[in-house]
Amino acid sequence: MVLTREEVEHIATLARLALTEEEKERFREQLSAVLEYAARLRELDTDAIPPTATVLPLRNVMRPDEPRPPAPREDMLANAPAAEEHCFKVPAIWEE
Amino acid sequence: MALYDLTIHEARALLDAGEISAVELTQAVLDRILTVDNNVRAYLTLTPELALEQARAADAARAYKDGPSSPLLGIPLAIKDVLCTAGIPTTCGSRILENFIPPYDATVVARLKAAGAVILGKTNTDEFAMGSSTENSAFFPTRNPWDLERVPGGSSGGSAAAVAAGECLGALGTDTGGSVRQPAALCGVVGLKPTYGRVSRYGLIAFASSLDQVGVLTRDVTDAAILFSVIAGYDPQDSTSMDVPVPDYTAALTGDIRGMRVGVPKEYFVPGMQPEVEAAVRAAVEKLAERGAEVIEVSLPHTDYALPVYYLLAPAEASANLARYDGVRYGLRVIGSSLEETYKQTRGQGFGPEVKRRIMLGTYALSAGYYDAYYLKAQKVRTLIKGDFDRAFEQVDVIVTPTSPTTAFRIGEKTDDPIQMYLSDIFTLSMNLAGICGISIPCGFDRQGLPIGLQVMGPALGEMAVLRVAYAYEQATDWHTRRPVLGR
Repeated sequence: MVLTREEVEHIATLARLALTEEEKERFREQLSAVLEYAARLRELDTDAIPPTATVLPLRNVMRPDEPRPPAPREDMLANAPAAEEHCFKVPAIWEE
Repeated sequence: MALYDLTIHEARALLDAGEISAVELTQAVLDRILTVDNNVRAYLTLTPELALEQARAADAARAYKDGPSSPLLGIPLAIKDVLCTAGIPTTCGSRILENFIPPYDATVVARLKAAGAVILGKTNTDEFAMGSSTENSAFFPTRNPWDLERVPGGSSGGSAAAVAAGECLGALGTDTGGSVRQPAALCGVVGLKPTYGRVSRYGLIAFASSLDQVGVLTRDVTDAAILFSVIAGYDPQDSTSMDVPVPDYTAALTGDIRGMRVGVPKEYFVPGMQPEVEAAVRAAVEKLAERGAEVIEVSLPHTDYALPVYYLLAPAEASANLARYDGVRYGLRVIGSSLEETYKQTRGQGFGPEVKRRIMLGTYALSAGYYDAYYLKAQKVRTLIKGDFDRAFEQVDVIVTPTSPTTAFRIGEKTDDPIQMYLSDIFTLSMNLAGICGISIPCGFDRQGLPIGLQVMGPALGEMAVLRVAYAYEQATDWHTRRPVLGR
């Protein structure tokens, strides 16, 4: 096994995912298997190879900074889980 | 032939000649959906009233205007549910977006509408396009119209099944590692994955941004060229779209491939692939040679490494892209005991198993101490894979391979073993890593009557060559005219 239970819990915390005990064990096994499979990349010597993040030759696409009418506020709030007085309503994160 | 079985170009000819109306055509397809979709389950959302309204508008526009009509005027199409449609739910096959109604259209959807298309609804997909069977949809699996006990492939399985079953005349899909081509192969239809940057992704809900591309699913190569011509082109709203002129792709449909160089990579004929798939693809290569193409063996030596590279890079990008689902501005919110618990519960309950698995994998590959060993390493091997294609395309115009190592597998057969499921994409995902273009077209059936797909790959912006070869093959065969028997 590549991964320990503690590592799975640490990754889940980083990813902000609540996992059940069963999911933790299943992901530990499945992710370990995928990582073991991925270990074959070590067969290749890539010291002199640059990484590819994108295949496009494009860099820093610029456009003039011109004001345009924004989307209507009601449209932007229409999908909010909660809204109040033209604002997104979120749970309080600290007490007064 | 029933109206719902027409190709786009056949329907256009009948519409232009006044032999049918767009309303008749749309109604015929809606009736077909009512008859077969309780079995196939290709659609997540249907918009029949809107579709008929668009059809009436198309009929009015045709009556009013002399001369050539818009290319898709009155043609009923389906949209994969990862593409935003203004006012129509867009779920990505996920509980976390179950109630999401976009305020705007994706550029590709806007282009279809501007070309006169009738939009029938939104098709099923693996959750956030992560999957190869459409079984990862949070709502229900779609079934293969050729055998309802089998998967349609994925992740654009709803679109592929809808095209195969006569539930639309064509559809949009998306392809991050094969999600247009593999379901096209498994459902016996045509699926085109354009060059990275050729089609705008504005309004495509992101999965893996360095790989995602919008593609088309159709009944033949001519229709693929027609639909692709409408959606291709620069979009200032997408900074990764290429500002390169769009040719008339239907000009590639000459049937003449004399002197074209067709590469066959030895790495794509592997032990363990279904023998009937290999036989059908070898026969297709013969057919291309008969039509005057020069067949050349080529090598793509890093092919074996594409799968691990893909399953590190795509999840890494996904883990970053899906960080936005936090329950604040849209989507599901599950209140927890603290802000952090609200995030964790929202995401834990909103995402399904495959999405969580990939977020976990991607988060790990990007995390401190593992970034160099996994993520950066995979990006370097990606350079080698792209180099393989660059060298091969110095020798040949296109490369021909199987699309998928097997025909459609049974529902449930691979759901417990992620690596087995991932292996169904081994022939498609290198293309996304290299950013090049390709198409899957029908090239036969196995003994159980299940379709086999032929993949034709071209270099970046090489769609003309790909379409030319695919069309010439299609002209020499009749696989694309077969339809599954459904709806008794």
